[in-house]
Amino acid sequence: MKRLAVLLLVAISACGGVGSSTSGFTTMGFGLPDEIATTRVDAFKKAHPDIPVTINQGQFDEQAFLSSVASGNPADVVYLPREKIGGYAARGALQPIGGCIGEQAIPTGDYYPAAAAQVQLQGQWYGIPEFYNSVVLVVNDKAAKDAGVDPAKIDTSDWDALADLAAKMTKTSGGTIERLGLHPKLPEFLPLWAKANGADLLSADGTTPHLDDPKVAEALEYAAKLIADQGGWKRVKAFADTFDYFGAGNPFAKDQLGMLLTEQFVVAAMAGVDPDAEITVLPFLGRDGQPVNSVGGNAWAVPKGAKNPEAACVWMKEMTSTETWIAAARARQAKRSAEGKVNIGTYTGNMKADDVIFREIVKPSGRRAYDDAVTVIRSVQQAGFTVPPSRAAAEFTTAYQQAATRVLQGAQPAADSLRQAQAEAVKALGP
Amino acid sequence: MRTGETRWAYTFLLPWIIGLVLFQAGPMIASAVLSFTDYDLIGAPEFVGLDNYAALAADPRVARAIENTLLYTVIHVPLACVLALGLALLLNQVTGRAAGVFRTVFYLPSMTPTVAVGVLFLFLLNGQAGLLNEVLGVFGIEGPQWTSDPDWMLPGIVIMSLWNLGASTIVLFAALRNVPRELTEAAMIDGAGSWQRFRHITLPMISAALFFVVIVDTIAALQMFDQVYTMYFGTSQAQQTTGDAALFYVVYLFQQGFQYLHMGYASALAWLLFAVIAVITFIQIKVGDRLVHYE
Repeated sequence: MKRLAVLLLVAISACGGVGSSTSGFTTMGFGLPDEIATTRVDAFKKAHPDIPVTINQGQFDEQAFLSSVASGNPADVVYLPREKIGGYAARGALQPIGGCIGEQAIPTGDYYPAAAAQVQLQGQWYGIPEFYNSVVLVVNDKAAKDAGVDPAKIDTSDWDALADLAAKMTKTSGGTIERLGLHPKLPEFLPLWAKANGADLLSADGTTPHLDDPKVAEALEYAAKLIADQGGWKRVKAFADTFDYFGAGNPFAKDQLGMLLTEQFVVAAMAGVDPDAEITVLPFLGRDGQPVNSVGGNAWAVPKGAKNPEAACVWMKEMTSTETWIAAARARQAKRSAEGKVNIGTYTGNMKADDVIFREIVKPSGRRAYDDAVTVIRSVQQAGFTVPPSRAAAEFTTAYQQAATRVLQGAQPAADSLRQAQAEAVKALGP
Repeated sequence: MRTGETRWAYTFLLPWIIGLVLFQAGPMIASAVLSFTDYDLIGAPEFVGLDNYAALAADPRVARAIENTLLYTVIHVPLACVLALGLALLLNQVTGRAAGVFRTVFYLPSMTPTVAVGVLFLFLLNGQAGLLNEVLGVFGIEGPQWTSDPDWMLPGIVIMSLWNLGASTIVLFAALRNVPRELTEAAMIDGAGSWQRFRHITLPMISAALFFVVIVDTIAALQMFDQVYTMYFGTSQAQQTTGDAALFYVVYLFQQGFQYLHMGYASALAWLLFAVIAVITFIQIKVGDRLVHYE
C-alpha cells in the first residue's frame, strides 16, 4: 500500500502541474516560439543556474489560470495581456509586486509611460511590461496611386478627405468587395478613433466611463459611416474575415486593402514574408494633427498563492532588463540577416532597450518601405495611450465593443448605443 | 446467491457511482449553493439570497440568449430528425458489402471534432468567399452574408448543425432493421403502397427510437456551445464583431463565469437552463406517451 502511495505521488509529480518546487518555479502563458523568447530564457538560465524554471508552454488561458488560482495551485509567474491585469488585480488574483520591484531594484522609470500605466491599479504595481505594440496606418501604394494620391501625403487628421480617399480606393464587383479602401478595425479600435476625436472612454483612474461623451459618438458615427460607404458592415466583415495578415498572401500582396490601421507586428510579419511590399507606413493623426497611438502588449505578473514569488521576481527582472532585450534583439537581427530577410526591430516596453536596439542593432535594410516604417513606429511610441486599467475591465470592454457592433450592424444609432453602453459600464464599474 | 450477485453488481457499478458523485452530483450541489452567492473564484462566496435569480429576469442578454437558443432548437430538431430518418431509410435500402461502407461514410462527420467543424463552416459560409455562396451563385442566387448578417447567422448555424447527423442516423437505422419483415410483407400482400407501409407500419415501429432522438437532440440543441463558440466567440476579434446575433444560452453562461468571473450568476443561469430542459423534456414525454408505440 505504501509503495502504491509513493508510486502515485511520483506519477502526480511527473504530470508537471503548475505548482512549484521549493527553489524552482513555473511559468504560465508563455511559449518559446522564436529567438526573442529563447535568447531571454537562456540569459536567465545563465545568470541564475541555481533557480530551475519549468516553462508550461502555451498561450494564456483564462480558465486554466483562474482555476489554478482558485485551487491554490497557480504557476509562480504568469504571462498575460496587459489589459487583463486591472480586473485580476482588483479581484485579488494577482499579487502587488511593489516589494519585488524595490528588492530587485527594477528600474520602472525605463518603461514607456503607457505600458507602465497599464500594469498599475490605484498606484500599486501588478506586472512588468513586455512588448510595446503601436498602431500605425499601413497604406497600399498601388491603391493610393489608383486613387491619384501620393501615399506619403495622406493626412488622417482631415476626416472628410480620408472618407473620400477610402471610397476612391474601394473596389467592388457586384455584391463582392475586391478591395477595401480603409479598414478602421472597429469595434476593437474604438478607443483609438475616440482619442483621435479628442475623447477618452474612461477616466484616468479607471472609475468613470465617458462612453456617452458626444465626441465618442461622433467618432463612432464617422468610422461606422466609413464602413457603410465601402459596402456595409455585413460585406466588409465577411471580406475582412478572409484576410491572412501574416502570410505571403497578405491583403496588401493581394491588393485587397487600401489602408489598414494595425499594430506594428503586422508590418514586422510582412517584412519577413514580403520584403518587396509596396506599402507606406504612416502615423495615425488625430483631428488636431497630433499622432494617436493605442498601445498594447503582454506583461509578467505574480498570481495570488504563488509558491515562489521571489524566483518569479528574479525572472521578471531578467526577462525584461535592458541587457536581455538587447541580446534578444541582436539574435533576431542575426537570424533575419542570415535568412536574407528584413528586420524592422524588436519593440519592447523598455525605452532604454529600444534606444540601443534602434541605434546600434537595427540597421537600414535598403527597403524604403520598411526603413521608413521603423522611423514612423519609433516616432509614435511616446504618443502611446491605453484604456486605463479598471476593476471591471472585461465588462467595460464588452460594453463599448457591443455598442460599436450594434451601430455597425445598423441596430442602433451611435448616441443611443453608447448611452446604453454607458449605463452597462457604470453598473459594472460600481460606485 | 442473489446477495452475492447484488454485491458484484454494486462492485461493477462502483466506478460509475463514484464518478457520478464526484463529477456530477457534487458539482451540481456546489453550483446550486453558489447560485445564491456572489462568487468570483478568487475571494470567498458571499450570500446574496435570490439576487442572481432576480438579475436573470432583468438581464436583456439572457432574454436574447434564450430567444436565440429556442429558435435554433425549434428549427434544428425537426430538420435534424427528418434528415436523419431520410438517411437511415436510404441506408436501409443498401445491401451487400456497400452497406458497411455507406454506414461508415454517414457516421464519419460525427467523428470530426466540433471545433474543426466550427472553423470549417466559418469558411464555407463566408458571404464573400465561401463555397456555399459560390454554389448559389452558379444558380444565379446572390447568397446572404451568413456569418456577418445578424439575420442570417442563426440559419447558418442550423446548416452547420446538420453536418453531424451520424449518431441519430445510426439509432434510427438500427430501429428500421428491427421492423418485422412479416408485417411489411403482409401489408404489401394487402395492397398497401410504400407511403402507407411507411406511415402505418414503419413509423409506429420506430417511434420509440424517433422519440429518443427527438429528446436527445432537443437537450443537445438547448445546450449548444462548442461549435457556436468556435465560430463566433473563440477569439477576442470574433467576439467583438458578432454582437448578440449568435449569443446562445450556454455561451452567455460561459462568458459570465469565465470572462467576467460572475460564478454565482453563471450558476443561477445553469439552474435556469436545467429547469427549462426538465420542463421541455417532461412535456415531450407526456406528448410522447400518446404518440409513441411501445411493443
